[in-house]
Amino acid sequence: MTKAFFAIIFIGFYSNLQAQKFVADSSYVRFFSEAPIENIEATNVKGASVFDSGDGRIVFSIPIKNFTFDKSLMQEHFNENYLESDKYPKASFSGKIDNWSKTSGSSKATASGEMTIHGVTKEVSVEGDLVFTEDMVSISATFPIEVANYKIKIPKAVFYNIAEIVEVTVYFEYKPNE
Amino acid sequence: MNRLLAVLLLGICSLHSFGQDDLMSLLNESEESGDEVVSATFKSTRLINGHTIETRPQGVLEFVISHRFAPVNTGVDGFWGLDGANIRLGLEYGLIDKLNVGIGRSSFNQVVDLFGKYKLLAQSSSVPITTTLFASIARRTDNFFENQVGEIYEGYHRFAYTYQALIARKMNNDLSLQLSPTLVHRNYVQTLDEPNDLIVVGIGGRYKITNRVTLNAEYWPTINQESDRYHDAFAIGVDLETGGHVFQLHFTNAQQINEKGFLGETTSDFLDGGIHFGFNVSRVFNVAVKQ
Repeated sequence: MTKAFFAIIFIGFYSNLQAQKFVADSSYVRFFSEAPIENIEATNVKGASVFDSGDGRIVFSIPIKNFTFDKSLMQEHFNENYLESDKYPKASFSGKIDNWSKTSGSSKATASGEMTIHGVTKEVSVEGDLVFTEDMVSISATFPIEVANYKIKIPKAVFYNIAEIVEVTVYFEYKPNE
Repeated sequence: MNRLLAVLLLGICSLHSFGQDDLMSLLNESEESGDEVVSATFKSTRLINGHTIETRPQGVLEFVISHRFAPVNTGVDGFWGLDGANIRLGLEYGLIDKLNVGIGRSSFNQVVDLFGKYKLLAQSSSVPITTTLFASIARRTDNFFENQVGEIYEGYHRFAYTYQALIARKMNNDLSLQLSPTLVHRNYVQTLDEPNDLIVVGIGGRYKITNRVTLNAEYWPTINQESDRYHDAFAIGVDLETGGHVFQLHFTNAQQINEKGFLGETTSDFLDGGIHFGFNVSRVFNVAVKQ
């Protein structure tokens, strides 16, 4: 009887632990900057992320070279001149999501932690939406990034002006880790 | 019973700690590690005089304005060469990412040239070099042939053809090198010293000084032309990139800008002061946005 009791607890714990980790199977990251001559926009679907529903920890990593622009020359300049993707191939985030629940379905959550872009790490806190179900988790957020904070230099003599604050949208959809 | 409890607790604890450390490795596992194609080996489709392996992407139209002034050693009388200029105006277009076509006209001998350029192989994590094939046809449209006394020339004498296999490697973020084996076929040459089929093996490279400024050099030694009139083309210059423009400023002994001209008919001697200041300015336009 006690054995069976513990066995049930164990199985309960075990399966619970197994289901704690969710791995993103689709991702979408976009940045947008409104500028006088032309808007600058790029999207990336190659991001990777893992979310731990046990303690709310979240990590993600975005390969810079996979940002695609409509204009390929802009993409080249983005990689070569601004983000220096040969030196700093990834942008990443490591932190924790608070203010969400497993039961309410959709929550207005807060993610806080360390964001690393262009080799510079900053403490950030971002508000977003988290949807939790047994077999699917999704996270979405839109937030501004001040490029100067990440030592991304914008020269004065460029022909398309680049805003000093760009709007970043991230969306991850997770499945439980098998 | 106690033993069982201990085992269970240990099991749970170990699973749990395993979970904590596992977040990052799980992330690394889920990241795609695809074959990464190297981009921006050179800033421009021209190194200085010669083409680089770079092709413009589909739907991009590039307008290239090139000047090569008279030699600097003309001194104050010729305003150090700036009084006389050979100008080439060119339009180039990306039919697809790997295939570009272009047309240009040079004021020197009034040469009109057409070219096609195809990127055969792109450097990536698994491929060590980029290879681009280049072919051009150039036609002299001035009245040189009409004015020759005692000789009768046919229309085909006006034509020359250039074939190149451009092979480059981006060694690292800063240094890119290019080898350019070249064959120039000239239907008309002036002396017996000049072969109809001229072989040149060009070498060149660029070094990035800052993200937007590079130092470039190229040398085009001819293999089978022993002529007193002609010298091998050499050039040194800088690329200045500002958004949609690339400004290339250089010193070269070649005053002609099209391939058959600078490769086989460079008359100035760089080491003897026959140095021409020149520039290429290019502007790209996105004519058709790729879907």
